[in-house]
Formats: sequence, structure tokens, C-alpha cells
Amino acid sequence: MTATADKAGSQAVETVNVTIDGKAISVAKDTLIIRAAEQVGIEIPRFCDHPLLKPAGACRQCLVDVASPGPDGNLRAFPKPQASCTMTVTEGMVVNTQNTSEEAERAQKGVMELLLINHPLDCPVCDKGGECPLQNQAMSHGNAESRFVDVKRVFEKPLALSSEILLDRERCVLCQRCTRFSDEIAGDSFIDLQNRGAMQQIGTFNEDVLGFDGYGPVGIAAEDESGGAFSSYFSGNTVQICPVGALTSSAYRFRARPFDLVSAAGISEHDSSGSAIRTDHRRGVILRRLADNDPTVNEEWITDKDRFAFAWQNMPDRLTRPLVRNDEGDLVEASWPQAIAAAAAGLREAVSGKKAKGVGVLPGGRITLEDAYAYGKFARVVLGTNDVDVRTRIASDEEQSFLGSSVASTGLGVTFADLERAPSVLLVGFEPEDEGGVVFLRMKKSSPKQQVFTVAPFLSRGAHKLGAQLVEAVPGYEGTVLAGLTKAADAVKALSEPGSVIVVGERVAGAPGAFTEALALADRTGARVVWIPRRAGERGAVEAGALPGLLPGGGDVAVAKARKAVASAWGVDDLPRTRGRDVTGILTAASARQLDALVVGGVQPTDLTADMIKALKAAKFVVSLEVRRTDATELADVVLPVAPPSEKSGTFVNWEGRLRGFATAIKTDAMSDHRVLDMLARELGVDLGTATVDAVNAELVTLGVLEDSARMAAPAVEAPAAKAAEKAASVAAGTKSLTLASWHQLIDEGSLQEGEPYLAGTGRIAVARMSPATAEAVGVKEGLVSVQGTHQSSIDLPVVITDMVDGVVWLPAKSPGSWVAATLGLAPGDSVSVKGGV
Amino acid sequence: MTDSNDAVWEVNRERDGGHQPFESNLPKLSGMGEVLAPVAGFGISLRNFFRPTVTEQYPREKVPTMPRYHGRHQLNRYADGLEKCIGCELCAWACPADAIYVEGADNPLDAAMSPGERYGRVYQINYLRCIFCGLCIEACPTRALTMTNEYELAGPTREGLIYEKQDLLAPMGENMLAAPHPMVPGVGDEAYYRGEVTEVDPAQVDWVREHRPEEPTLPENRKRHAEPVEADRG
Repeated sequence: MTATADKAGSQAVETVNVTIDGKAISVAKDTLIIRAAEQVGIEIPRFCDHPLLKPAGACRQCLVDVASPGPDGNLRAFPKPQASCTMTVTEGMVVNTQNTSEEAERAQKGVMELLLINHPLDCPVCDKGGECPLQNQAMSHGNAESRFVDVKRVFEKPLALSSEILLDRERCVLCQRCTRFSDEIAGDSFIDLQNRGAMQQIGTFNEDVLGFDGYGPVGIAAEDESGGAFSSYFSGNTVQICPVGALTSSAYRFRARPFDLVSAAGISEHDSSGSAIRTDHRRGVILRRLADNDPTVNEEWITDKDRFAFAWQNMPDRLTRPLVRNDEGDLVEASWPQAIAAAAAGLREAVSGKKAKGVGVLPGGRITLEDAYAYGKFARVVLGTNDVDVRTRIASDEEQSFLGSSVASTGLGVTFADLERAPSVLLVGFEPEDEGGVVFLRMKKSSPKQQVFTVAPFLSRGAHKLGAQLVEAVPGYEGTVLAGLTKAADAVKALSEPGSVIVVGERVAGAPGAFTEALALADRTGARVVWIPRRAGERGAVEAGALPGLLPGGGDVAVAKARKAVASAWGVDDLPRTRGRDVTGILTAASARQLDALVVGGVQPTDLTADMIKALKAAKFVVSLEVRRTDATELADVVLPVAPPSEKSGTFVNWEGRLRGFATAIKTDAMSDHRVLDMLARELGVDLGTATVDAVNAELVTLGVLEDSARMAAPAVEAPAAKAAEKAASVAAGTKSLTLASWHQLIDEGSLQEGEPYLAGTGRIAVARMSPATAEAVGVKEGLVSVQGTHQSSIDLPVVITDMVDGVVWLPAKSPGSWVAATLGLAPGDSVSVKGGV
Repeated sequence: MTDSNDAVWEVNRERDGGHQPFESNLPKLSGMGEVLAPVAGFGISLRNFFRPTVTEQYPREKVPTMPRYHGRHQLNRYADGLEKCIGCELCAWACPADAIYVEGADNPLDAAMSPGERYGRVYQINYLRCIFCGLCIEACPTRALTMTNEYELAGPTREGLIYEKQDLLAPMGENMLAAPHPMVPGVGDEAYYRGEVTEVDPAQVDWVREHRPEEPTLPENRKRHAEPVEADRG
């Protein structure tokens, strides 16, 4: 595939000559007339046509007069006007649009009149009013008067397709953009054309429910094509591409008009894809977010989480002023100078006081590149420690070696386009739909040409939609499975095709040897490895060196050369020499009082298996930099409020390594983490130089990329033996102990999705999954299954028998009723005890 | 500085012909006319002594405006008491002075504020900005917004001149029933727009009686509430 694509790229594109409205133009062969017209600046009205969807010719609004040379070479006009969105140009074609042809203009006006016959014309009420292609084109290309005098067709309004998406069939012009999007792009068919004639309508599937497969959403939902409840992570895009007001979202319904809104371009903070978004706000309040068009990254699509999850930053528990714990032990509001002074005093005591044991820094995984850089530099220069880790999830040294050797400062590696073009993709510990969002859409584009293999306990719905082949693996044994892929394996054969990609996710950190084996497999097959983390800030933090062993520029703190290069750039004598503790290490040390103080960024204690609450209580001094009040801020001694992404500028580095800079959408007094840390450092007598985004970026440029000898060595960790993996993938009758498998659903109870009940309604119901044999062995038939980890509490969920690897129980990581890390205190790969029939 | 400025003035004055003597272009009077000219103006005063007075004795005496005078806005109601405003914001869109601020909201149909799916939750007109041009009235698709003849719009504070929705809403008519309550049963919002709703439906009264028995606009409460007002006036 790639080979042919490259060939096509290098060859001259075959062109044809056409004349549109008297303008001669040479365009690529197979260009649609409507696209060719755009190239010469002629706009043909349209509704159904969308550049990213296949042509449909559904609305007939783009009719033009076409004539093309016949066999004898003479120009022969088509007998009737033709739809320019479905017809491709041919050599010598002459097109006359509404600008030059009365016939075309008459045809377009007629179509417009027809489309408006049953349209309710309720523009004053409609959410689309003011930005509606139908409204605009009725004004520019329609008749001022309608001849229609009869009663209009009416439908019940609105029809809730899900708790978020509402369908108003009266307004629909049957362009089928929504049905084509959900079918072609997202792969979640949930609506389609029904009936004929005047009663033709977009409708939901009303067949009997075929059976519950555990993918239903929490809230109300229409049925989808399969008869199950409609549940899609991308349904918000249909609202944006609807050319009339037929599809609206509950969140934005009747809230505002386009002229109220101030738009600001931005980057989504919800995943590592760095999707371009547009934030629309009024009087300092975000009212909606839309997908921006970025062909290199997210094209024109974003996930529903990117689109609808923004309410969290304006919740009532938002922090606006610093808090300092007073002598009575209460957190009280304080001025910035007071708070900074208090924080500095506490940290000074922990760094240089008598018997000082040092400070640990947990920035959290959602920060920008600049913030991560400031945290890393603050830890090393001001606090004199390498105990800094952005990974607030399962983490390992092997992962750090992998990140240091193969990810940090490698620039733009595998891109979205590479992933789309790849002939085959192997997913290891990564669910593109749940953990990648738009990554899934790009891979879906190449389906079914692209061969996808997934190393997972079972074939998730997202993987199924990609036509993926399952390479069964018990969590924790992914490395063993990768090592066991022989030359004869389908996956290895497919990966040997040039341009193939191996995707490793963040959960791979919990599988010993998996990174090592992924790199080895890449060596064997020639495929490229790409790391796709879940959180937006993780790749940036790797670049900025906010990991315990990693310096900015990709340097290893254990290598003197790397330390020297960074130390001289920072104007200090030396940096702490040994690799620091990782997130679990920092929290364990703090709990055991081996650390005096903690500096905590946007970290939710419930995301961690380690007992963060205990660590925060045990630490003598805690500084928290947060947007909202959390369990962490409640236990902090000083709380410094920082800006949410929409109120600051900065850069997210997406998983490709692409810098996704964004400007401040809403100007407020809130400061970004790097600015606050700069103030704090100044109070401690150090000029951190991270006061502005520009200053940080200038420093990052000066640091540059360190040479290979200053970098970390590739990981070399042995995966568990094949026998152990086999044993884990089997189940003995009567056993209670199973291996835990888990990942985050895209829409769940993550802290950035709070305050948005309509979105929460589209999240999937939490279910536990196990194979038929496993269920039988542990004595579960149906109903609830109770899963217990190291803590007293258990997770009780309805069980869904799934075709999957034996000996494993799968739970969603943070869905309603299933907060795995918080409730079980365990990560995927750990052993849990399971009890049926509760 | 001053010297050079004077020099500039000098030059300018010369350029403007300031050095030339003044000459009136009024017709030159002669003889008696020229003698009486200084007192001729009193004739005008004398003549007006015998004409009717046009001065309006505002505020002691308020003269009605012309019927289509552009005064304070009013948000009208339908005959059953539902608000005509649907929160479409077209008035705010039309306003050249950016004086109107509207926020729409989902209209609960079982306890409606206006007919249809949407109503105006927030409605503000800033009379410090309003230029009374009436473009908002032209823009209003439901005739919810009209102008009264009230012109006494002054106040001691800026905040006080931002009129909220409750300040702008028309007073309840004689037989109206205050919102929220459901629409007249069996008709859609379009019946309202066509003017087919002319009175409160008994079903609406029943609904309000059930949900807000103390509602002053209920028929049984109306009298009770009306009497004290009469007494006050007395």
C-alpha cells in the first residue's frame, strides 16, 4: 500500500482540462465538478456534499449545466442539469453553474423551494440559526417567496438518539451527512433513511433488541443498526456537520447564538492526539467546543469527550485564590505573596532543614510541555532531586528506558498519516477507540485494507470495528506473547510489509518485557514502534524531562555528559546524579516518611493504585497546584490555583511528537503551572526562568537534542516464561483467583468529564467480562460478579460472558461503579479474587 | 514657544483674510429704519404676548406622546399569560447599539414559560445604550417585543438602567394566568403564532391550581389580591 502511495506521490498527477463558467482550469483526474469549481473560486450551493465523506448526490442542491465532448469530439450537453457533487470532470468538459446558466439557477431555486416545503422555518427557535447552510443558501440561492400553501408535514420533536444527541426530523433535508458519517467514519450506524416520498425521514433502528453485549450507554439511547442501544464516541460530529438544525446537542440546546460567541482555536486536553478544537465562549463561560479542521491530525473530527467535556473547569469547586493551612489546621484563603511565602518556607525546610529528607514532585499527566519542563527543572534545580514523575498510572523502569531511548527527542516519528497508510498495525496494550479517540478514526479510514492485530485479552468493539485479529494475551504477559510470535505468525508476516507500525500503549508498562519485546519485534520485522499514551501531557513531559531518570533533550540523569550539558544550560554546577523514584516510589516513600514534602499537580488520588491519600497525610508538607478542589488539595498545606487549559497558553506534544501550541481562549487572572513554579522558585532564591511560555521554549531550543551517548540504553527486560503465560491463560475449576484486565473507557468518570450529565449518559454501562470457561470455573452464570483486590471494598458488576482469554476478568478502569485503582488498589495484570452470584 | 505660536497665528490670520475689515452682507437700512433698528426686536416679543402658550409644563403636566413614539420596550404575553418571547435573540442581533442581551433556554413543555421549545431565560435591555431606533421591534418574529410610549427613563445608577425581564414584561391582563403552565391542550405553538389562542383554557387553570394554589392570577385568588390594591389607592 505504502509503496503504491509513494509511487503515486512521485508521479505527475494526471490532469484534465475543463471550463467552468468560462474559466479554463486544469485539475487532477477524478476531481468532482464541485471541487474543481472551488479551485477557481466558484461556489456551488450544497448540503450533502462533504469533502471527507463519499459523494451521495442526496440533496440535489448543486445542480449545474454540463456539456462534454462526445465520441465525435463535438460538445454535447447533458439533457438535464447534473449534480456536481457526484460527477467527476472529464477532458474538455464545459460546466455552467448558477452564475452563467439560467437553467442551473432555475434548477437550484426549484430544489431549494422543494427542500423548504416541509421545513418548519422555525429559525428563531433553532440552534443552527445564524450559522445554518440552509438558512444562508436559501437567502443566496432561493426564491424569496414560497408557493407552498398546504399544511406542512410534522414529526414529533425532538427525538433523543442518546442523552446528548437530539434529532428534529422536521428540519431535516435528507442530505444523509449524518448517516454517512456514522457509517463510513465512526462505524457506529445508528440512524438511516426510512420510508419513501413525503414521509421519508432519518430514523432510528426499531428492530427488536438482539441481545445486550455490554456496550450500551448509561443514559437513554436509540437503537443502533445491530438492534443494540446506540452508543458512539463520535456522535457529536454529526451535530457539527448537519447542514440544517436537525441534529442538536443537549448540552448546547437553546444556549446561545453564533454572534454571542467568541471563538478561539485550541487543542484538546483530553487525549494524546492533540486534536484541534474551537472553543466558543460568552462572558467568560465556555458554551461549546467544535472540531477544527486540521488535515494532518484530527481532520475534521473529534471525540465526544473533546467536544462536550469542558464543564469541569467552571464547576463551583474551582479554585480562584490560594489556600494556606492556618494554625488551627484549616485551609483558608490567602493572598498570593502569603501563599508563595508559606509554600517556600515549607519546601525550604524539607530541602535544607535539619534531617531534611527531600521532596517528591508529581505533576500529573495533563500538563503542557512548558509546565512539565518547569516541574522537572524545579525538582532538579530548586529541590535538588530527581523524584519527579508525571505518570500517574502504572509505570515501570523498563518503560522509562523505552521512553528515554526510543521516544524522547526523536521528533516527529510515526504520524497519523503513517498510521493510516500502514499496511498492518499491531496494537499492544492499546485500545484505539477507548484510549486513542481520533487514532481510531484514522485507522478506520484504512479498514478493511489495513491488517490490524491486537494483543489483548479480548476483541473489544473498537478493535472489532477495525477488523482486528486478536492475539490473545493475559495482561502482564504481553511481552511473552510478543516474544512467542514466530516468523510463521500472521502478525509477523503482516508486519514485515514496509510501513507497518507497532503501537504500544501506556498499559504496557505493567507487562514486564513487553517494551523490550516490542522493540525486538520491530527489529525482526522492520516495523516502526510508536508509543501512544492516554493523557495529553505525557509525551510533552517525556520531551521536557519530567521523569525520574530523564532530562530534557532525551538525556539520562545517570550519564555525566547529559547532566553536564543540561547543568550548563541551566547555569548550575551539577544536577542530582541518581535516577529518582517513580510515582509509586514517591508515594511509598512519602507514606513511610522517607520524604518530607510533596509538590502535587493535577493528580487524582483515585487514579493511583498506591495509597496517595496516606502519602499526603504522612508527608509533613504538601504543596498542591490545582484547578479545582480535589482530595489532594484538601490534604495540602498550601494550595496554589492554576489555570485550566482554556485559560492559558502552551504546547501539548501529541503522540506523534508534533508540537500542538495553543493560545489563551479566555483571558483570566489564572496562571499556568510554569508561572507559579517560577514565582515559587524565586521566593526560594532561584531564577527558574519559566515565567512565560516564550522563555521556556527558548530554553528548550537552547538545550536541543542530546547526543546518543547521553541517552538511555534501550530496555532489556526478560518477559515472563511462556509456561507462566500459559498457566495464567488457563483456569482451574473452583478457583477464585483471576488476572485483572482493565482499561479506561473513553467516556467514563474521569475528573475532566465531571459536570456534564448529557455526555456521561453516552458512556458505556460498566460490565465485567470473562470467558465462558472462566465464568464456569468461578461459578458465575449471570447477574452480578464481585471482584475484590487488596482493599476491603469490592467492585460488583453485571457479568457479560465474552469470547476471551481464560483466567482473566475485565473491568472498566473508571466507569460508574468500577473505579479499579481506587477500589481494588490493583493494576491490570494483578491477581484478583472473584465471587459470582452476589 | 509662545512667541512662535503667536507668529503662527499671525500668519494664519493673514492667510484667512483676517486683516480685512468686517463687512455685513445684510441689506443696508436707510433713514427711519436705521434709527428704529435697535428696538425693532421688541416687536417680536410684543407680538407673542397675544399668542397661545406652547411650553409644556413637564413634569407637573404630562402631555401624551404621539401614538407611535418610541419609548420603553415591553415584552408581551399571549391571552393565556404565556410569554411571547422565545429567546431567539434576533432583537439582540438587530440592535445597532448592542443594548440587548438575551439568553435562551430549554422550555419545559409541562410547565412552559412560552409556547414551543425555547424561551427567553435572561432578557436585558441597557437603556444607557438604547437609541430607540426600533430595529429590535422589526426583528422580533413573534411580536413579543414592542415599544410603549413611556419616556421617563432616567435614574441615579447605571445598574438601574439595565432593565431585566421582569421590568420589561407587560403587566398581566385581566384574565391572564401567569406562566409557567402548559400550553392550551391540543394546539401547537403555531396556533399561538397565528393568534388562535384568545383565552385561558380551563385545563391550564386546573394545572396551576394543582401546582401553585396560591397563584394570584387564579380566578379565585384574583379578587382577594385585587381588593387591597384598591384600598391602597383610596
